[in-house]
Amino acid sequence: MHSILKTSLAALVAAGVTASPAAADGHALSGELNIISDMSNPAPRAVMEGMVEDFDALHPELEVNLTIVDREAWKTQIRNALGANPPDVVNWYAANRMRPYVDAGLFADISDLWAEPEFEALSSTKGAMTLDGAQWGVPYTYYQWGVYYRKDIFEEYGLNEPSNWDEEKANCQTLLDNGVKCYTIGTKFLWTAGGWFDYINSRTNGYDFHVALARGEIEWTDDRVRQTFANWRELIDMGAFIDDHQTYSWQEALPFMVNGEAASYLMGNFSVAAFRDGGLTDDQLDFYQFPVINPDVDYAEDAPTDTFHIASGAQNMDAAKEFLRFVTSADVQTEINSGSGLGQLPVNANASIDDDKFLKEGFDMLSGNAGGGIMQFFDRDFDAEMASVGMEGLQEFMVFPDNLDDILGRLEETRQRIYN
Amino acid sequence: MATAAPTRSWYKRNEIAITPWLFLLPAMIFFAVYVIIPIGQSFWISLHDWDGLGEKTWVGTANYERLLGIGDQNMDRKFTVSFWNNLKWLILYLLAIPAGLFIALFLNQTVTGIRFYKSMFFFPFVISQVVVGLVFSWFYLPREGLLNAVLAVFGAGPVNILGDPTLATYGIIAAGLWPQTAYCMILYLTGLNAVDPEQVEAARLDGAKGHKMLWYVILPQLKPATFIAFVVTIIGALRSFDLISVMTNGGPFGSTRVLSFYMFEESLSEFGFRMGYGAAIAVVLFFLMLGFITYFLYSMYRDEKGAH
Amino acid sequence: MFPTPLEKTSRRWQISYQVLLPLMLIIWLLPLIAVANFSIKPEADFVNGNYWGIPSSFDAFSNYGKVFFESNMPRYLWNSLFITIPTVIGAVALSCMAGFALGIYKFRSNLLIFFIFIAGNFVPFQILMVPVRDLTVNMNLYDTKTGLVLFHIAFQTGFCTLFMRNFIRALPFPLIEAARVEGISEWRIFLFVVLPLMKPALAALAVLIFTFIWNDYFWAVVLTQGPTAQPVTAGITEFNSQFRAAYHLMSAGSIVAALPPVAMFFLMQKHFIAGLTLGAVK
Repeated sequence: MHSILKTSLAALVAAGVTASPAAADGHALSGELNIISDMSNPAPRAVMEGMVEDFDALHPELEVNLTIVDREAWKTQIRNALGANPPDVVNWYAANRMRPYVDAGLFADISDLWAEPEFEALSSTKGAMTLDGAQWGVPYTYYQWGVYYRKDIFEEYGLNEPSNWDEEKANCQTLLDNGVKCYTIGTKFLWTAGGWFDYINSRTNGYDFHVALARGEIEWTDDRVRQTFANWRELIDMGAFIDDHQTYSWQEALPFMVNGEAASYLMGNFSVAAFRDGGLTDDQLDFYQFPVINPDVDYAEDAPTDTFHIASGAQNMDAAKEFLRFVTSADVQTEINSGSGLGQLPVNANASIDDDKFLKEGFDMLSGNAGGGIMQFFDRDFDAEMASVGMEGLQEFMVFPDNLDDILGRLEETRQRIYN
Repeated sequence: MATAAPTRSWYKRNEIAITPWLFLLPAMIFFAVYVIIPIGQSFWISLHDWDGLGEKTWVGTANYERLLGIGDQNMDRKFTVSFWNNLKWLILYLLAIPAGLFIALFLNQTVTGIRFYKSMFFFPFVISQVVVGLVFSWFYLPREGLLNAVLAVFGAGPVNILGDPTLATYGIIAAGLWPQTAYCMILYLTGLNAVDPEQVEAARLDGAKGHKMLWYVILPQLKPATFIAFVVTIIGALRSFDLISVMTNGGPFGSTRVLSFYMFEESLSEFGFRMGYGAAIAVVLFFLMLGFITYFLYSMYRDEKGAH
Repeated sequence: MFPTPLEKTSRRWQISYQVLLPLMLIIWLLPLIAVANFSIKPEADFVNGNYWGIPSSFDAFSNYGKVFFESNMPRYLWNSLFITIPTVIGAVALSCMAGFALGIYKFRSNLLIFFIFIAGNFVPFQILMVPVRDLTVNMNLYDTKTGLVLFHIAFQTGFCTLFMRNFIRALPFPLIEAARVEGISEWRIFLFVVLPLMKPALAALAVLIFTFIWNDYFWAVVLTQGPTAQPVTAGITEFNSQFRAAYHLMSAGSIVAALPPVAMFFLMQKHFIAGLTLGAVK
């Protein structure tokens, strides 16, 4: 992978980078560039390390220091990291998740970078990076969510990819009759349940309703929200989800699907690598878009965007911006999002998508069949406190659906406190 | 020389009075900066709304009102759950004391290799709670856990201890009791060593034996050990953070939270950073502890007075 | 002696005791035996559901090899060492001095100061958490070993001072008076009279604090964040997410993390127990 990256970089040096301001000024970048990344899982880690190595090689005067922090841990640690003695560049997430750092002035406003002509190619993601009319970071990858399923099991029982809710439930019933759970899920860390809610709610009530709920404009006790839970409950009452999911992390829930005890998994595309690691071949594994529930609403899709930001206290602003240009350039985007790298979708329109069936399918789905809109994911779209109380309620609902009234009352109480 | 002499003699004259303060100074500075002053600061922060980054906003007692449900709001549910769990911890953790005593009595013999046995029984205390938590969560695994394998032999189960909101807290407490019992055991072993053999013999001649002997003769002599065991167990119960964080992360749906964990969650977790509210929880926890601290200090004060 | 010494009991109880002893020990240490067993199993055993049985092959070398050469573990162990040892030295030094002051001299606020040290030692960590974290951030010590060490020294000083003061109290006071009569200055009395007598207390405290600090998890999470400064207890949880559900590696990592305090305990057992049980006997 490195050698490919290097050759494409040679072209990049010749074409793009020489035109960038820092180099155009005639003096090369120097000093130190400190980066903290949360790409701690094995594959992303290798990508990040390779990317930094190459950037370092491009700028001999510059010393690039990379710290990789555990992805889960980083979510709590970013505040401290940005507060005191901040690094130059950090990883984070798009949309509402940027809010606290933007409000506290910890992320640098990089609207000037977005004004450069090269950033035209990123325009589809500009909205997710914009708060208060300015841009606060750049995306480097995004990925689709959807239902990953065991094609061989579906074939065994003569099932097809469902396109609507009735088919989904009929499929599920067939699987259950044959002793196979429909869905695996691990809700110990809560967020996986958020994915189910995003999909069922947006399929039931539409994207606009979902976004309004995320903004706190709709009561949790609203009948339309109850309808979402009623739809969800149909699956729960069937026994569609694996038992004891509240004890498992999302990775610990993988073996159920790998062993064939469960047939599908509502997940982000990052799970494909894990499935393949687990021994599933592309003949066994396939993907379908979450089916229609309410025919009157358009498809909305979860497609979270992962990002790089510059700390407002960065010591080496020139180098940091240069790194962001580098990361988002078409060649680097093609390379890092390829199947041998992150295996996700590039954010630069001029980049090419890896020849991978899941990526192709995801790209087609997001660009052609997500007319409702793109959601960033439950914990990025909702206010932080609302998200934490909310996901806990979702987990409880999945285990004890009878507690729904109590749960919704609690969520509504929280909503009123936060948004009023 | 003329000026130096009086200075030196002033120090010499007051040496006994000054020396203790010089010796105390470094410890006092450290302790004040990192322990005493922060307690006051937490009180101050608890009267504010603060995200840990920007400016603090004064809110008076609003955080406490929300916590305790004063006015037209319900008591914070997470707080209620945490508080009751804290009580469960406090009460059940005390089981470590009789359990420790039992093992100590069992081991207080002079057979060959008993020293080895004693240290092996003490072993769990030396291990980090993180490791203890990991091991017990594997033990409790819903499908593969050893617990369910054992239960299956007796035709019972399976249970998913850490996934069941009514059982999870007890499961974690059981894990915590393991090292804590070891600690109490070693306290009692040392205590038993110092039991006056003559009194035991005298009581034996009077026909006392078994549990009567234990209750009327031995236990009174073990009182200092029991006191320390009580102190460390109470502190341990109220500090129960590591195990919860490793084993359930507060779940399922928040049923294993205790005040210390809830406070951390509100202040520093992924969706937290409500420092003011977190500080208010810490203050409540502090007052809970203060009751015990006062009792400990009073007991020690009595001993001090008695010693002179 | 209580309970009745074995040699004075019935033959039957003697035999059952000898049988019960190892049996109880095995049950007691079952969790540890399980981890040790996990740590030498190949990954395949977990896939095949052989969690608690005999390993299908002996994979200790490859498991521990991975822990030492393919993870951040050595780094975390190193950090733990560089957090623990300075803390032990600092806390013991500070509390020796404070204990000396409180144990030898009579002055009005003596007992009050002593009690403040004790009380502070019992305080819940959470009430210190936010201010201490802020202080550490403001001193530019967030995510450094130094930041963690400074706090640990300060907090442990409470317990250590209690310990030292009571120990010094029990020393023969005439010795000090004799030295004073000789005209020896106070700090020399500390250095040459009292300190040599405190050796057992120093050893006991040192092993005890070593264990406490090595096993600290809470402050490691609050004051540090990555492999540059985090100790092994916090590092294990990273391990946990890096190789999620890789029980064999997590077990091996746990054992490696637990080893130093265990070794300390077995090497210094006498001092360790003397430290823990201070006050358990009158």
